[in-house]
Amino acid sequence: MGEYNPTILQAQHTSDDEILDKMPLDPKALGGDSSVVIMELLQRFKVRDVMKRKIIAISRKASLREAQKLMRENRISGLPVCEEGRLYGIVSVNDIINALDNGWIDDSCETHMATNLVVLEAGMPLAFALRYFNNYTYGRFPVLDSERKLVGIISQRDVMRALLYELSVEIRKLERKSARGANAAPEHATSANFFRREWAVVRNDLSRAGHAANDIKQILRERKIDRVVARRVAVAAYELEINICIHSHGGILTLLISDDAITITAKDRGPGIPDIAWALRDGASTANDWIRSMGFGAGMGLPNSKRVADDFDIQSEVGKFTKVTCLFKIAKQTVAEETK
Amino acid sequence: MTAVEIAEKIEGKVEVPVEGASADGLYVGDLLSDVMGHAGEGCALVTIQNHLNTIAVCTLVGCAVIVLCHSRPVPPDMAEAAAREGVAIVITPLSQYAVARALSFLPPAEH
Repeated sequence: MGEYNPTILQAQHTSDDEILDKMPLDPKALGGDSSVVIMELLQRFKVRDVMKRKIIAISRKASLREAQKLMRENRISGLPVCEEGRLYGIVSVNDIINALDNGWIDDSCETHMATNLVVLEAGMPLAFALRYFNNYTYGRFPVLDSERKLVGIISQRDVMRALLYELSVEIRKLERKSARGANAAPEHATSANFFRREWAVVRNDLSRAGHAANDIKQILRERKIDRVVARRVAVAAYELEINICIHSHGGILTLLISDDAITITAKDRGPGIPDIAWALRDGASTANDWIRSMGFGAGMGLPNSKRVADDFDIQSEVGKFTKVTCLFKIAKQTVAEETK
Repeated sequence: MTAVEIAEKIEGKVEVPVEGASADGLYVGDLLSDVMGHAGEGCALVTIQNHLNTIAVCTLVGCAVIVLCHSRPVPPDMAEAAAREGVAIVITPLSQYAVARALSFLPPAEH
């Protein structure tokens, strides 16, 4: 058998891991319809802030029996097969059961480990990890750094612990704020034809991006705005929403309907655009590879919004804000008629 | 042309069925901003982007059928959103080009 060489960096797992593994987080409670504070937490925190850095791993040549021993001693249900930082596979409890059943428990790990792995990257936002837990049935994921080296393991328990702690901090902040008096909440003031609504757009939360645009399309449909105009408004709203999401520290998207125009305003909290003329050019983009792999960040957002709008304005101050306004003209009677 | 009929022509299978989902044109694109800007209403979108945002884009441009190439799997959150928004998803082992060829009788749907 020879090479029994588990890389135990440090054991720090407890048995309630398994209990938590069986109780998946409700994605709706964290990321679906939750508050802006939670959404921002899920975006602000990266996988690396939450993951366990102490990895218990085993080498490829070690036997499954050795893997079983290691898992039992450390009360873990999955063991990365890893050498010098490179992840080769994972041995799970299921692999051990199968090995015992079929009599190959003394075979090497590499012959029976799972090699088709789902991994997370250390720099991904926590919201991404939550979606992975939701989309796959695994209780934990290996975390790789940008050089594809194994740097940690993340379980639902890690996510929960971090969130609970940060939430208590945020709630304390909010309580203090509300004690100072809170009647500034924006409401959609609706006089006869006037309509206004705002949406908070959270940084980097691509899974939510599109909600505001979708709501806006719905509102325009209900108000029987011309379909072609509604589509143009929705395109601009979506592009600007995505822009706030991938380029800014977060911001607000506002829909304003008046007698003769629909206005979409996107205002964010920075970092601002140093060269607006350049940013307006087709194909100009500062997006990273991850955003690009999702099909965004090709530098078409601002040109697209400008193209569909009747009037377009952009202002920005580096380090402070960017504000984009798209105006769409509508025939006066369109709105008036449907409000009767 | 319904999602089922499309699937038959491209060795595909309807992963998320939606009653009455159909397309009368085709748009091919993996760059969602491009799809957003140019795909026409009523098209089938041929793409490899197998995630939630594809559904958002399709809803906004009025596309009721997505064809996912290279047998890309549909993640549960995408399937859920598709069913909710009434967007059918067809999976095919073919490439985007092969799908476009097989469905070349559909006109380009551009806005």
